[in-house]
Amino acid sequence: MVEPDHHRFDTRALHAGQRPDPVTGSRAVPIHQTTSYVFDSVDHAAGLFNLEVSGHLYSRISNPTVAVLEERIASLEGGVGAVCTSSGQAALHLAMATILNAGDHVVASRNIYGGSHNMLNLTMPRFGITTTFVDPRDPGAFDAAIRPETRLVFAETLGNPGIEVLDVTAVAEVAHAHSLPLAVDSTFATPYLMRPIDHGADIVIHSVTKFLGGHGVAIGGVVVDGGRFDWASSGKFPTLSEPYDGYHGITFTEEFGTTALSMRARAEGLRDFGGCMSPANAFYLLQGVETLPVRMARHVDNTHRVIEMLDAHDAVSWISHPAHPSHPDHELAARLYPKGAGAILSFGVHGGREAGRRFIEAVELASHLANVGDAKTLVIHPGSTTHQQMSAEDLASAGIGEELIRLSVGLEDPDDICADLSRALRASQKA
Amino acid sequence: MRIQVAGQSVHAATGAMAINRPEVADAPLVVLIHGAGMDRTVWSHQTRWLAHHGTRAVAVDLPGHGYSDGPALGSIAGLAAWVGDLSEALGGPLHVIGHSMGAFIGLEAAATLGDRIASLVVMGLGAAMPVHPALQTAADDDDPLAADLMAGWMHGPDQKFGTNPTPGMSMTGTSRAVIETSPDGVLAGDLALCGAYDGAVDAGAAITCPTTVVLGTLDRMTPRRGAQPLVDALGHATLVELATSGHAPMMEDPDAVRSALLTHLFPS
Repeated sequence: MVEPDHHRFDTRALHAGQRPDPVTGSRAVPIHQTTSYVFDSVDHAAGLFNLEVSGHLYSRISNPTVAVLEERIASLEGGVGAVCTSSGQAALHLAMATILNAGDHVVASRNIYGGSHNMLNLTMPRFGITTTFVDPRDPGAFDAAIRPETRLVFAETLGNPGIEVLDVTAVAEVAHAHSLPLAVDSTFATPYLMRPIDHGADIVIHSVTKFLGGHGVAIGGVVVDGGRFDWASSGKFPTLSEPYDGYHGITFTEEFGTTALSMRARAEGLRDFGGCMSPANAFYLLQGVETLPVRMARHVDNTHRVIEMLDAHDAVSWISHPAHPSHPDHELAARLYPKGAGAILSFGVHGGREAGRRFIEAVELASHLANVGDAKTLVIHPGSTTHQQMSAEDLASAGIGEELIRLSVGLEDPDDICADLSRALRASQKA
Repeated sequence: MRIQVAGQSVHAATGAMAINRPEVADAPLVVLIHGAGMDRTVWSHQTRWLAHHGTRAVAVDLPGHGYSDGPALGSIAGLAAWVGDLSEALGGPLHVIGHSMGAFIGLEAAATLGDRIASLVVMGLGAAMPVHPALQTAADDDDPLAADLMAGWMHGPDQKFGTNPTPGMSMTGTSRAVIETSPDGVLAGDLALCGAYDGAVDAGAAITCPTTVVLGTLDRMTPRRGAQPLVDALGHATLVELATSGHAPMMEDPDAVRSALLTHLFPS
């Protein structure tokens, strides 16, 4: 059988989007620390500003270092292109701002990052965009919540913090049956563990800050354009399928077809909202992407070791990770995530809020902070931090109990991680 | 825009510039024709630029492709005749720019339609275009493998690593998506008619209009040496060779292709 002639995933993680610099020979991606770029001529400048020709004109809109990261992530996800942003939240906002208008409606999973929940539940309604939240484990619930004015279906591939596994294919089929795109936040999965576009998703969003960057040194986000959704035929997305005065009447679907979303996201979204990534951050994040395959494999191995330890510990009341047989999505995860369902898990500590507090204060190796996906092991108590803005009712709806601890398993020696957690669990039981 | 051609609705990109504006009534009418399983968007680096540089640019979706009504036509000769119908619909002689299968269509049109074709630019082609059996089989089966094979073969080594001229875009990813989203059966039909067409050299010998041939030195789908009989037959044509391009120069080296088009359309 003839195989497609493409570099494989691990090779693309190191090389996609870059060749050695033709002038200096630089093997590493140079940091193009510049705001702007000299035009060849007046005609060249006019062509860049009018989307007649491609290139860089101002680093709010594009930058050569950032472009390498964008192209690399697009390649790893199997998309047609990507637009990097200043943060994961900026990426979610950019995706929505590119295709939604006042009066539009979103159907979203209720089990998502607290910041995303806030944006959809509290902030976007001020701009006329409302959201209905549904159970991500029930594709029928997405279907039932779709209204005539719905324009987007949104979920996380691995929910936060319960690690609910989205049946991407099933939810994509629901969305597509209504001529709607499915956007997923796949931060916890990374393309190493699962590529949502292969399963039918149309837009993939990442907080690159997390596992893609992997070292906890830079904030960034990305919107990956799957390129398969027919924005024009759906008739529901005038920002892409109708003339836009911002570029002399251009119609993005007519001119750019499969790349209409990413072209408009950059040409309008970065131009007007300005949530761009800095070239220095792109450089830092690229260092992480280069080792993504080896890091994620180790993250997953360590996670499985931690699950074994927690499972045997008397202080643990429950464990939520798809690798654990008790997880409702255990079988779905085995199908969608053959390499493992990530390195974030949650568990309950006997003794409720106070025991949880004692556990957090007793860890010595794991760091108590508001991040995940670092090379180092991290712990947090969502009810008092990342999800604190949510009402008690919303917390309960999202499956977040007061005793819940979220753990992001790092790359330390797994024996050291387990020893630290075990010691803190024992301390949590001492009133 | 939409154009009625022989009773069917044809979709085309014009760079958002109406071609019936009085101030461009005498400007060259440039029709860009895509290759097998593709659509108008393969010309996105040229269409809008041409429309803002003294021409009336019309990048068409061939029948059955993109947003044009179907069905897809089943022979290069039939598609060349369709270009004649397009010329009548647009109301003037055409400067035809064709890529791969679109280049074969342009050759046949220029050889058979007389003064309805004002000039010709062809790129990404050989004197013949035999199709790899594995590609044809995958296309016949509407297997996504076909898009994957084509996307892997059609671009040069640099483009396989990336470095897309458009910041943030994946060239192989975009090519794969365009082919993947073409209607079922279209790619298979296109490849079959490319493989069956044996009239390129004869057409080349019969062409009298100004002609430019753009070839990528690193083209693996239609290797450079395979184009030589056609280049010889064309005789008078201007030859432009691009050292870092594969099968799709308009995507891989858009600046050089725009420069070649400018020289071709405005030789003085």
